[in-house]
Amino acid sequence: MNVLVYLIPASLLLGGLGLAAFYWALKHGQFDDPDGDSQRFLSRDYDDKPKED
Amino acid sequence: MPDAPHMSACPACVAAPSAEQVARARREAEKEGARIMLSLPTAHCAACISAVEHGLEAVPGVRSARVNLTLKRASVDADAGVTAEQLIEVLKGIGYEAHELDASSLSMTETDRQGRALLMRLAVAGFAMMNVMLLSVAVWSGASDATRDLFHWISGIIALPAIVYSAQPFFAKAWSALRVRRLNMDVPISLAIILAAGLSIYETSQSGENAYFDAALSLTFFLLGGRYLDYRTRRVARSAAEELAALEVPRAQLVSGETVPVSELAAGDLVRVLPGSRVPVDGVIVEGHSELDRSLLTGESLPVAAGPETVVSAGEVNLTGPLTVRVTAAGKDSSLHRMADLVAVAETSRNRYTSLADKAASIYAPVVHLLALFAFIGWYMATGDARLSINIAVATLIITCPCALGLAVPAVATAASGRLFRAGLLVKNGTALERLAEVDTVVFDKTGTLTMGEPEADDLSRHGREELAVARALAEASAHPLSRALAAAIAAMGTAPADVEDIREVPGHGVEGRYRGRQVRLGRAEWLGVRAVTGTATYMQLGEGPAMAFTFTDSLREGAKEAVEELRKMGLDMILLSGDSPEAVAAVARKVGIEAWEAQVLPADKAARIAVLARSGRKVLMVGDGLNDTAALASAHASISPASALEAARVVSDIVLLGRSLTPIAEAVQVARAATRRIKENFAIAALYNAVSIPVALAGFATPLAAALAMSFSSICVSLNAMRLIRR
Repeated sequence: MNVLVYLIPASLLLGGLGLAAFYWALKHGQFDDPDGDSQRFLSRDYDDKPKED
Repeated sequence: MPDAPHMSACPACVAAPSAEQVARARREAEKEGARIMLSLPTAHCAACISAVEHGLEAVPGVRSARVNLTLKRASVDADAGVTAEQLIEVLKGIGYEAHELDASSLSMTETDRQGRALLMRLAVAGFAMMNVMLLSVAVWSGASDATRDLFHWISGIIALPAIVYSAQPFFAKAWSALRVRRLNMDVPISLAIILAAGLSIYETSQSGENAYFDAALSLTFFLLGGRYLDYRTRRVARSAAEELAALEVPRAQLVSGETVPVSELAAGDLVRVLPGSRVPVDGVIVEGHSELDRSLLTGESLPVAAGPETVVSAGEVNLTGPLTVRVTAAGKDSSLHRMADLVAVAETSRNRYTSLADKAASIYAPVVHLLALFAFIGWYMATGDARLSINIAVATLIITCPCALGLAVPAVATAASGRLFRAGLLVKNGTALERLAEVDTVVFDKTGTLTMGEPEADDLSRHGREELAVARALAEASAHPLSRALAAAIAAMGTAPADVEDIREVPGHGVEGRYRGRQVRLGRAEWLGVRAVTGTATYMQLGEGPAMAFTFTDSLREGAKEAVEELRKMGLDMILLSGDSPEAVAAVARKVGIEAWEAQVLPADKAARIAVLARSGRKVLMVGDGLNDTAALASAHASISPASALEAARVVSDIVLLGRSLTPIAEAVQVARAATRRIKENFAIAALYNAVSIPVALAGFATPLAAALAMSFSSICVSLNAMRLIRR
């Protein structure tokens, strides 16, 4: 059972990383135009990030 | 036109900025000249994105252009010299309809703080739920004693802060309902979350077997999901309502040449109204001759002659000559606002409509609380064990699961309004879809709704080539709608304009010139001294010869016929009510295929006709665009107006058609019916699920595992059922 000592913090850390990544994406406008983003990859224009606002 | 009437059909419209704010902001924005926002109602695919972006970026002075397909908008970064009109022309050239939006009034929706906060709460609840679930799985699969207690404690440490942060929207709403001694869905939700968390802490401290941290969190997570969907649906409607408000800025030009907001005008001021613009105030003409298009106010398709002493109303369009108008009433006192009072009275009936969600909540909340109370009392009397009784009562509260109910309506509403938005319809009101689904009669307005409000010249082949050539030359000299339609029709036949000299427009009468030494005139019957024929017509006279008439009919709006046909197939009755002359109304009714029609209906009578229909048990859908339809739109069971409608009409409508075509109306009714069916199915799923789970919980067999499974299962069921709406 000693394995729990680092497995539980590890699982919390990984979850926390996911949350932080989500927070970053939210702040940087990744969810501003979901419909457009799903279509844009079909276009030939170089376009890898949403427009800065 | 006067400032935005303060008659709000929904909270979204209250949030929309007032017209004055918009005007002020626009004046500031014009100085900087940096960003232009365009609404693109027809953009829908990857090809549209590139076409629009490349098209805009090719315009000199445009630094960058970006399309947002979700909001159907383009934002353009450009030098100060570039105007929105220029860009709209460019887009029209490549086949996209575009409207200018007021960038400064939209900035509020672009940074959507509330939505992001809600999404963040959702993420925190989800993160905490997954971690706690991980620990709970260990407990369910047999962890015991100290290990179980440790896991429970860790769960508690994650769950409590997460709940305090994430569930705030529910607590706040429940509290505001309780303060006025009412029950809403948030009360049982908050109670379930708080009791589940509280009981779990107590059980953990007592080394108890069951802790409901995961249930409290998944409850929060699923319900926040529903709340977010709900919020997003309303946000799209709200931002679009702002867009529509940003389309028109009420300003007036004073005789001195200065341009001022209409709200700053006072009775007695002299205002100049140029040809082609809307009369901004009620007043009396003091100088100038022209013709006025009153179709938005009265539904008449024929322009009316106007000269000194003619009384004009805000909303009429000046057609031919410049006018000077003495203001008799501006802003709040104008006829537009008086119409608003009519609307305010009519609206109350619609506000009384109780949505399905409210009906469900009003049954659900008391039943659940009573059940939990009975469970506690029953078990306490039977066993005398307070801890066991509380455990069972809380399990009952958790497992009756408001999740499915909380998701049942928002998930369907989101799917339905998303699909309608893609079809070019904007659902503004929360209960609009439910009301639209009940509709059995459709009342159409004619001018501007079934027709474009633009005349089309009738068969010209009976006129000689020379006559047509002269007519084209004269017609091209005027901006009058009949002249433009005539010139376009002759040009389409390939007849070149004749060599007419000294062409001169006589405001309010027509155009005259000299052709081969003879005087030629094109204009009103009275001006030429001939007898008018029935219907819309303009007349031409060559020299002293007999006058000839060019007749016109109003061209049908795109998709009008198809929409009527589809609606008939669905078994709806249709009526055409118009303020126009009987001949014009009969012609349109015949063209689109509506049998029942009435002409020369006054604005108040339209609303009265709808009231009569309502009293006879009909649920009426009103489709209209003018000021004369506004009261009828507000008093009907459901209402739709095209985007070209007067602002007052759009404000009171439940649904706004963003494109030009009418065909989406039939789809709107179909989707509304399907959506209501799905909502009822979802309630049935929730009820069925409760019928199974409540006895289990009351009998004391509900474990945290069973609660978690049941909750997820029912939530996913209702969400999937709602998803079926997205595609046909």
